[in-house]
Amino acid sequence: MCAASSPVAGRDGLAVLDAEEIRRALTRIAHEILERTHGGDEVILLGIPTRGVPLACRLAGRIGEFEKLVVPCGSLDVTMHRDDLRLHPARALGRTELPPEGVDGKTVVLVDDVLYSGRTVRAALDALNDLGRPRAVQLAVLVDRGHRELPIRADYVGKNLPTSQREVVRVLLAEVDGQDAVMIGEEERQP
Amino acid sequence: MKRHLISAADLSRADALLILDTAEELAQLADRPIKKLPTLRGRTVVNLFYEDSTRTRISFEAAAKRLSADVINFSAKGSSVAKGESLKDTALTLEAMGADAVVIRHPASGAAHRLAGWVRGSVLNAGDGTHEHPTQALLDAFTIRRRLMGGRRQGGSRGGQGGRGGLGGTVFPQNRVGPGGSPPRGNTALDGIRVTIVGDVLHSRVARSNVLLLSTLGAEVTLAAPPTLLPLAVGSWPCAVSYDLDSELPKSDVVMMLRVQQERMSAAYFPSVREYSRRYGLDGARMARLPDHAIVMHPGPMNRGVEIAAEVADSSRSTIVEQVANGVTTRMAVLYLLLGGTEFPAVTQ
Repeated sequence: MCAASSPVAGRDGLAVLDAEEIRRALTRIAHEILERTHGGDEVILLGIPTRGVPLACRLAGRIGEFEKLVVPCGSLDVTMHRDDLRLHPARALGRTELPPEGVDGKTVVLVDDVLYSGRTVRAALDALNDLGRPRAVQLAVLVDRGHRELPIRADYVGKNLPTSQREVVRVLLAEVDGQDAVMIGEEERQP
Repeated sequence: MKRHLISAADLSRADALLILDTAEELAQLADRPIKKLPTLRGRTVVNLFYEDSTRTRISFEAAAKRLSADVINFSAKGSSVAKGESLKDTALTLEAMGADAVVIRHPASGAAHRLAGWVRGSVLNAGDGTHEHPTQALLDAFTIRRRLMGGRRQGGSRGGQGGRGGLGGTVFPQNRVGPGGSPPRGNTALDGIRVTIVGDVLHSRVARSNVLLLSTLGAEVTLAAPPTLLPLAVGSWPCAVSYDLDSELPKSDVVMMLRVQQERMSAAYFPSVREYSRRYGLDGARMARLPDHAIVMHPGPMNRGVEIAAEVADSSRSTIVEQVANGVTTRMAVLYLLLGGTEFPAVTQ
């Protein structure tokens, strides 16, 4: 799959997905969401800030193109529900934007860039719980890098990326970083 | 950010903007079915009030409870203070009970600063004598930013569904979080906003905190007051001074009226309340001289008919009720940023 693109070694490490591959992965996920939700009716895409949000919007755009259907997308900030708040200085909050009709009775697809320990998704489930009662919650991620610490799995995965815990996976998106790529590199030494 | 919030001068521009941006996100909570977050679960916030207060104490209590902290209310009346216990001994008692934050209001200027030396938790100054009231300044800055700078651009949730219908149902996804990321945040300060603070500056902790904070945020602050109600050192404050309210009104974006604090006045500062009201009170005629977009603020409690006329207080330009609602949100942001993480590993033993 990666044969066509020559891997680029950059400041962030090695590129494992380029822009074209990210585009194809999202297109496939969009089709899978339509398939699994029987046509995308009553579906809401909620991205987890920062990079889940543009991904959710791109997926909503794709689904709109394929089925001539408006799928609302928004964002769900999980900072206040994290279990590691006390391990770090207080963080700035991201934005929560829900579609005006709310999440009650809808199928909510949470979208994030990297699935790792699963703790962010757990926080997202808690945050969602305070916002309403969706009919079902599913999870879409661009990269699943393994090393789960909680019983959580993704329903839609862009790429499974076996990693070592010493490695760092960075997703770059045009909306945030100016370019699309998934990079893998060595852990930065914390002083 | 520092560990305590004693003075508005402790806040850098970046700190202040972080608090305002955090408050902006937390403001959405008021529209949700469950107005509570689990963030400060297991933390204890003590409200230590040596002076009467309704809105500040209730506001801090609501803020702490919405973040799931445990709240202990202490008022000097009916406590051991009436038996002569000193502030230090009360502080040590609270310390022994494991308070993570102490919110203090005290009639003596500098009480919060002293307390910060005695307890391990964070100290939040909720008004010390005639010195400072930093959270009031923060909520005022937040209110000004929301009203005049649009806060978070669309500000959709507040004030009903007015704007939504015209935009069409699905403006939501692409327009809001489209290319270019989220709306401008962290860079919306109050640069160039002209704020006139009117009245009893001498006895006002609100005025001092507002001058410091608003000037940090780039606003141009003018104090309009009779010379007797201005502090001696006002020349060293980062603001302009005027004795003539009428000449300031047409160029003000914000007019902030201060309460005449008769309980702190030990001498005659002006000939009569009637004369004060004529020269420095905001009535309908004076309000008409303000630019169309200008807002009228008051930290409360108001003396209707003295510094502000009832028709002004109840007009659509008045943000007085909004300030109270914003107070809860802003104090939540402060509590979260002071207690939500661990910048200070030594806090628990």
